[in-house]
Amino acid sequence: MTLDQGLVRQLTRRLLGVVPTLLLLITVVFFLVRVAPGGPFDTEKALPPEIQANLEAKYHLDEPLLQQYFRYLGQILVLDFGPSFQYKDWTVNELIAQGFPVSLTIGGVAMLLGFVFGVGIGVGAALRQNSAADFTTMGFAMLGVSIPNFVVAPVLILLFAVYAGWLPAGGWDWSWRSAVLPVVTLALPVIAYIARLMRGSMIEVLHSNFIRTARAKGLPERQVILRHALKPALLPVISYMGPATAALITGSVVVERIFSIPGLGSYFVQGALNRDYTLVMGVVLFYGVLIIALNVVVDLLYSILNPKIAYEEL
Amino acid sequence: MKSSELTGNEREAVAGEIDPFEAALRLGDVKGRSPWEDAWHRLLKNRAAVTAAIIMGVMILVVVIGPWVISWDMDYTDWDHTNSPPSLANGHWFGTDAVGRDILVRTLEGGRISLLVGFVATIVSLLIGVSYGAIAGYYGGVTDRVMMRLVDIIYALPFMFFVILLMVVFGRNIVLIFVAIGAVNWLDMARIVRGQTLSLKRMEFVEAARACGVENRDIIRRHIVPNLLGVVMVYVTLTIPQVILVESFLSFLGLGVQEPMSSWGALVSDGAQDMESAPWTLVFPAVFLTVTLYCFNYIGDGLRDALDPKDRL
Repeated sequence: MTLDQGLVRQLTRRLLGVVPTLLLLITVVFFLVRVAPGGPFDTEKALPPEIQANLEAKYHLDEPLLQQYFRYLGQILVLDFGPSFQYKDWTVNELIAQGFPVSLTIGGVAMLLGFVFGVGIGVGAALRQNSAADFTTMGFAMLGVSIPNFVVAPVLILLFAVYAGWLPAGGWDWSWRSAVLPVVTLALPVIAYIARLMRGSMIEVLHSNFIRTARAKGLPERQVILRHALKPALLPVISYMGPATAALITGSVVVERIFSIPGLGSYFVQGALNRDYTLVMGVVLFYGVLIIALNVVVDLLYSILNPKIAYEEL
Repeated sequence: MKSSELTGNEREAVAGEIDPFEAALRLGDVKGRSPWEDAWHRLLKNRAAVTAAIIMGVMILVVVIGPWVISWDMDYTDWDHTNSPPSLANGHWFGTDAVGRDILVRTLEGGRISLLVGFVATIVSLLIGVSYGAIAGYYGGVTDRVMMRLVDIIYALPFMFFVILLMVVFGRNIVLIFVAIGAVNWLDMARIVRGQTLSLKRMEFVEAARACGVENRDIIRRHIVPNLLGVVMVYVTLTIPQVILVESFLSFLGLGVQEPMSSWGALVSDGAQDMESAPWTLVFPAVFLTVTLYCFNYIGDGLRDALDPKDRL
């Protein structure tokens, strides 16, 4: 597909639409974290008032709220998330730069596995619709959708780390051994979800007229499935994958906590509990931008995979 | 049959004045099946959904009645049997945790909270979603565009973060859990309801109501909303497990219900910490939670297949 004018116009309009979304996100989170009782520098023993005042002046917390808000907006424009209150000597940018590669690796691999196995299983089940194999795999898929990851993770640790001793129970050292259990925990529900989606849409596509035509022309079944049916059947999977990928690569709070992985997910809960305003804002914004960006990508993929949807209508 | 025994309509039919089918209709001989009856029959044929519904019914009964029947209290600490594995001899069928509390009664009490959160938060999201969607869809035009644009914007926000933030900001309290989860879960409902309303409002019966001078508010309440029931029911059964999952996720992170109250998520979290020495503290709540989510998903799937007009080929 060439980058014609319509596509460019469409992209511009989408990107302009991003601005109010981000502004709302910034505004709500900014005031919400500050409404919370307690501040970032509350300690067991109250700080001397001069030091407290100094700290607040240093981080501009003594200014009126509105002034702080506009100061923050100004910072965001130059992509500066400011210093973290809790992790001394770290800026939020540095924290994100450190945590994101870890979350991206685990989440990215999990999403890849989810896509490959999910689509494979879904297509397989759709081709054998209502057979025993179909019912069994879909039963397992439903189980995969239903079991929460904080149940799967401890069970996997118990089986493969504690009893069998094959893999480490937690920790992260960039080795494949430390990645297996977290990746599997994250991938299982994705595989299950995509398999269910794929089976449903594949069955629908296989009943449509153009597939009947393709078969009537005498095309081999393999080609009917791979060349004609697969593309349109992938559409619902693609639209699920946009936001799901954003959630996966920014780190799962639960998985990072259970496996003690230094990713982005853990920063968020820690930041919120410590009233680390800048860190919370930084992580939420980062995540928000990713979701929006991936949604735009999904829409573009949609118009490529399905010429019926003109991008004008998106 | 002598012609004198026939009713007027039948006589007409026999005489060929009107066709027999219409005659039967006028007589009420043919019992029309309502769409609801059709859906009900389809649902009963779905064995997975029926089994799930039965299991769920038993689960709800056990969770509601169980704690009254069992002799242990959920926060009673049995110092003679701490960390006891499941045993019939000492009366702790599911075993006890590190401080000797009975896992069976805690699992059932936790289930009460989890299910309660599931139902109440779903009702909250139902109320917001249905009224929002019905209003946007019915009034249409600028109202609709502004309202749905707002939904689109909120849709792009990271939800889980908001729930966590709300819990941190306003403290852990069960009413807030209902509201927080319900308040972030209504978007899908609003979208679905709006879509349905758009097609409903062009139906004759709505036009008739409008022609009779019924006010918009009453049309929405009396004519639109009742007709949304099918879609809404499907969606509710699919929302309940989601909500239970969110609550247990919060509890797992230590942001959900507070001691001495407990929920499945909190119990799984406790159990995961002791799983090497006392795996039963993890296994029982985890199984109850999973079975519940599994059943709700199957019931929702079954309802969708039964009620979705798209499938009625």
